[in-house]
Amino acid sequence: MISITDLSFAYPGSSFRLQVESLTVAVGQSLALLGPSGVGKTTLLRLMTGLLEPNSGEVKLGAVSLSRLNETDRRAFRLSEVGLVFQDFALLDYLTVEENILLPQRFGKEPLPPAASQAIRGLAERLEIDKHWRKLAGQLSQGERQRVAIARALIHRPRYLFADEPTASLDAVRREVVMNLLQDYIQENEACLIMVTHDTELISRFPVHAKVEDFTSR
Amino acid sequence: MSAALYLAWRYVARHRLQTLLLAGALAMVIALPLCLRVLVQTTELAMRDRAASTPQLIGARGSALDLMLTALYFKRQPLPPITMKQVQELRATGLGKAIPLDVRFHAQESPIVGSEMDYFGFRGLHLASGQMITRLGDCVLGARVAQLRGLKPGDALFSSQEQVFDIAGVYPLKMRIRGVLVANGTPDDDAIFVDLKTAWLIQGLAHGHDDVAATKDAVLKTESSNTVANASVRMFNEVTESNLNGFHFHGDQAAYDISAVIVIPNNAKAEALLAGRFLKGSIPVQIIRPSEEFDALMSTLFQLQSLALAVMALTIGAALAIAALVFALSFRLRRLEFATLADVGVSPVALSLTKLFEVLIVGALGLLIAAGVSLLVQINAPSWVRWLLA
Repeated sequence: MISITDLSFAYPGSSFRLQVESLTVAVGQSLALLGPSGVGKTTLLRLMTGLLEPNSGEVKLGAVSLSRLNETDRRAFRLSEVGLVFQDFALLDYLTVEENILLPQRFGKEPLPPAASQAIRGLAERLEIDKHWRKLAGQLSQGERQRVAIARALIHRPRYLFADEPTASLDAVRREVVMNLLQDYIQENEACLIMVTHDTELISRFPVHAKVEDFTSR
Repeated sequence: MSAALYLAWRYVARHRLQTLLLAGALAMVIALPLCLRVLVQTTELAMRDRAASTPQLIGARGSALDLMLTALYFKRQPLPPITMKQVQELRATGLGKAIPLDVRFHAQESPIVGSEMDYFGFRGLHLASGQMITRLGDCVLGARVAQLRGLKPGDALFSSQEQVFDIAGVYPLKMRIRGVLVANGTPDDDAIFVDLKTAWLIQGLAHGHDDVAATKDAVLKTESSNTVANASVRMFNEVTESNLNGFHFHGDQAAYDISAVIVIPNNAKAEALLAGRFLKGSIPVQIIRPSEEFDALMSTLFQLQSLALAVMALTIGAALAIAALVFALSFRLRRLEFATLADVGVSPVALSLTKLFEVLIVGALGLLIAAGVSLLVQINAPSWVRWLLA
C-alpha cells in the first residue's frame, strides 16, 4: 500500500505549493495522476518515490516511511522495491538494451536468480524489444527506448511502480500492450502502480485518479 | 564494486577515441622523462666506450670538446689543423704510438677519415668484404655507410666539394671502394677511411695531370728547369693504375695539415710525461685525456638533463591538472546520467567508484602506453643513438 498523509512541499523561492492531506493506493491497485503540463504531477511522483523530500508530512510505501530513511537507505529501498519509468526514459546510451534493463539488478544487493533469465526474455518479447537485445540504447527509436525503460522498471520485480507518461511515445497498439503489461504486473505481483498521464483515453483503465491541480496552488 | 567497474569500463570502451586521446596524452608526459633518461644513458654508454678506449689525443689548442668530438666521433667541428710535424716529434720521443687523423672532408655527408693502417688495428676494425687500402685514391667504408648508400667493393665514391662557391677550390676526387668494414656500433660504421695521403690529395696538396713534357701543345713556357703548362693540361680527378705515377706532392710533408693525433702511451709514466710536455701555453697544440673530457661533458649534460627533467615535472603537473579538468568537465556534462543512476537507487559510494574506476582505467591505459613507448625506446635506443651521433 502507498499512503500519503499531510504532505506539504514548496520549491525554495517559488510560490508553487503542493499539499496532499490524504491519498492511498491499495495493493494491486493503480492510480492515475492527471493534470495539465506544469501543474506538479512529476513533483508529486518524485515526492512519492523519495526523490524529493517533503517540507512536512509523510509518504509511506508499505510499512516504510520514506522521511524516516536517510538518503543512502532511500536509494537502497528504491533499488530493491521501486520501479521507475522516467519521462525522458533516462537510458544510458553507451549500454546495450540488455545492460540498461539489468542495470538496477547489477547495482542491487541480490543477484538475479538463474531462473529469472527466462522471465526477462518473456518480458522483452512482450514489449517487442527482444530483437534489439544487443543494440546500444542510443541506436533505438523513441518508442523502443520507452519500452526498454519500462522493462528496466519491472526487471527487479518492484512492489511499487511509478511511471511518468510511460506511453507518450507509443502508437495505439503498443500503448495497449504496455498498459496491459503494467496492469497484469500489479495484479500478479500484488504491486501498486502510480502513473502520470495526459492521455484521456487511458483514464478509464484506472479505477482511481487524482487531479494534481486539486493539490496545488500558486 | 564490480557493477561500478563494469559501468566505468563500458563507458570508456564506448568512447574509445576520447579515452585513447586522453590516455595517449598522459602516456606522453609519463614516457617523455623516462625516454629522455634512457636516451641520455644510452648515449653516454655509446660515447663513453670510445672515449675510454682512447688514452690521449693531441690537437690544436682551443676547445678540448671540439677536439674530442672531431677525433673520436668524426663530428664537423671548427677545429684548426695541426701539422704532421707533431706526429714526427711525438714518434721521436719514443713514449708511445701516434696515429694521425684527418677529419676535414666528406663524401655525401659521411666523414672521410684519413689515417694510417695502425688505426684499423687500434680500433679493432676488420673487413667484412673486399680488401684494405692498397694505393692512393682507395677507400674502405664503414658498415653503415655501405648499407645506407648501397655501396660495395668495386664501386666508386666522390668526395664532396667543401666550398661550393670557390671556383679555384679542389675538385671532388673519385675514390675507389676497396672494402667494407664489419659493423661495430661505433662512429667508425659511419665513416669512409682513406690513407692520409688521399686526404691530402682531396685537400689539393697533391695532384695528378698529363705529363707536360710528353704533350708539347700543353707547354706555355719553359724557364730554366721549370715548365709552365697552359690550361689544356688535363687534371686528374681519379687515381687509376695508368695515371698513378702522374700524382705528386708539393712541399714538405711535415708541414701538411692533419686534424688530430691519437696517442697510445707505452705506460702510465709515458702518459704523464706526454701530458707534461704539452702543458706550456706557448705550444700551439694540446693533449687531452678523452675520458676526462667526456666526464666533464656528461656532468654538463646531466645538469642540463636535471633542468630538462625539472621543466618536464612542471609540464607533467600541468598535464595532470588538465587531465583532472577534463574528467571534472566530463562528469559535469554527464551529471544527468549520474542523477538518473542516483534516482534508480545507485548509492553515492557506487557512483563515486564508477567515476574513480573511469579515471583509473584511463590512467592505467596511459601507464600501459607509456610503458610500451618506453620499452620501444629502450629496445631501439642503441640504434637511434647511433643514428643521432652519425
